[in-house]
Amino acid sequence: MKHPTRIRWAVIAVALVGFALLVSAEGMWRDLLGALFPDYRTVVHPRGTLVDFTLEHLALVGVSSALTIAVGVPLGIWVTRRSGREFRPLVSAGVDLGQTFPPVAVLALAMPVLGFGFWPTIVALFLYGLFPVVSGTIAGIESVPPAVTEAAVGMGMSRWQVLARVELPLAARVIMAGVRTSVAINIGTATVGAAIGTGGLGVPIIGGLAVQNMAYVLQGAIPAALLAVLADALLAQAEEGLGVATG
Amino acid sequence: MIRLENVTKRFSEKTAVDGLTLEVPEGEVCVLIGPSGCGKTTTLRMVNRLIEPTSGRILVNGRDVMSMRPEELRRGLGYVIQSIGLFPHLTVAENIGVVPRLLGWEKPRIADRARELLSLVGLEPDSYLRAYPRQLSGGEAQRVGVARALAADPPVLLMDEPFGAVDPLNRERLQAEFGRIQRELHKTVVFVTHDIDEAIRLADRVAIMRDGRLQQYDTPENVLNRPANKFVHDFVGADRALKRLVRIKVTEVMRPAPQAAIDDAPEAMRERAGAGRFVYLTDDEGRLAGWLDTDDIRDDAVADAITTVDRLQATVARDASLRDALSRMLGLGFRSIAVTDDEGRIMGEVTFAAIEAVMSEAEEHRGPTADGEGA
Repeated sequence: MKHPTRIRWAVIAVALVGFALLVSAEGMWRDLLGALFPDYRTVVHPRGTLVDFTLEHLALVGVSSALTIAVGVPLGIWVTRRSGREFRPLVSAGVDLGQTFPPVAVLALAMPVLGFGFWPTIVALFLYGLFPVVSGTIAGIESVPPAVTEAAVGMGMSRWQVLARVELPLAARVIMAGVRTSVAINIGTATVGAAIGTGGLGVPIIGGLAVQNMAYVLQGAIPAALLAVLADALLAQAEEGLGVATG
Repeated sequence: MIRLENVTKRFSEKTAVDGLTLEVPEGEVCVLIGPSGCGKTTTLRMVNRLIEPTSGRILVNGRDVMSMRPEELRRGLGYVIQSIGLFPHLTVAENIGVVPRLLGWEKPRIADRARELLSLVGLEPDSYLRAYPRQLSGGEAQRVGVARALAADPPVLLMDEPFGAVDPLNRERLQAEFGRIQRELHKTVVFVTHDIDEAIRLADRVAIMRDGRLQQYDTPENVLNRPANKFVHDFVGADRALKRLVRIKVTEVMRPAPQAAIDDAPEAMRERAGAGRFVYLTDDEGRLAGWLDTDDIRDDAVADAITTVDRLQATVARDASLRDALSRMLGLGFRSIAVTDDEGRIMGEVTFAAIEAVMSEAEEHRGPTADGEGA
């Protein structure tokens, strides 16, 4: 049980280092894209290095996902409590709407209030990523067998103890699956932020589309795709770790 | 001790429990029984405040449960439910340690306690402590459930159909073990079931309920012999005499049995039989090896009259009930059966005639209200 887990973590660590080396290899991108598109005058986006774009992207995803989790998990827990149960349909409908609403539209609506840049994108990503986290939390807690919570209460656990020692550990895997989906969505969606000058890997993609430079598009799209795959693998592994006992 | 004083519970329109007064003396097993919806589970759950009474008082060891913090109250009341509710993310040892941890016990003490309790419920600690609930069979899980409820040594156990979900064979085994544990620990137990046989087997007192009202609260013998009303009479069933046998241990009607060692001389064996027909033959550890039927002796060929048997099949243990003995005898076609002690040595025998005598005695005790009812 322990060995394969450790090996998988090692593989992920190697992949992360590989990714870091890849995005910092400026010369390689220039040569590669130059060979692919010999007719273009420039093949890498002039606004910054790929490392800058990647770090901006990670900041967007990191902040928005952190907000999503910080709000989504408690919200999901609250509507499964007695005090919040009646708000559950409202919350479900709300987060559902958040995901149905296109992020670009959120950007457009948020811009007049929050201006250009970082925060409107964060708001859009936050709203967009909330749904999987909230519904994952609700599903996870509801998957706990009623007999188990009844036993916990009957044995003298307080409500907090039932939540912290029984419900959350048992729901952790399903909640983590929701987080994983949310982060994956965010990594992809964060590219639209470039449209309002937020930076990130969307800059070469949107810039490339605007000037019809496919080299730019690839320069942003390849790292973004790899980042999504890596983050997913990382979180899948974390999810696995949470499930060791119950799996 | 548990006392319910005029306890009523109303759910919106329905009255689940109606003016119930009941006292469970310390160290006794009170079995609440009745058809579904009679209020037995509601009554149990009011004791640990999972449900709060509409009116009336419930006292546990002299303290009104409503005056205590629910968590504190519940930590002092062992609780076992039919669906067990073991925590799937915790090992057996951690499951057993839940209440001790809530009470702030030291780790080594919790670990020792888990070992001790697993042994008590008949599970080998070394093979079970680190197991997860999903690795257990239904019977094993329920044993762990009982161990968990006993963990902090609560004076009171509340058991809600604890053996209802296990197969009949395992249920009997669990009941027997519960009986053994209870004889050792003397907990005050409130036990809910819908199985009258289980009630008769385990109860010191049976509380028969119907529509939230207590119909009769008495010893199993009195419930069987003197049902308070037609409902109780019908609920107990027509085979009351047979049920009564469950309450009587084989040792109560056992008589001494002639024995000889299987390697004794034939004449010595025959002598031991005296006027009787059979002699039990034992191996060198005093355990049943077979018997000698003196009627079968022809021309002094004693060896031909010896039947050897599987001792586990052809004996009953000392803590078996007369019903166990009767069903074993009927199955084997015997007129008597040997009773063995914990080491398997023969203590005596129970005869068909003795069981018959007990059954006819029970018939004579039939209460007046039961007359003319019958099967």
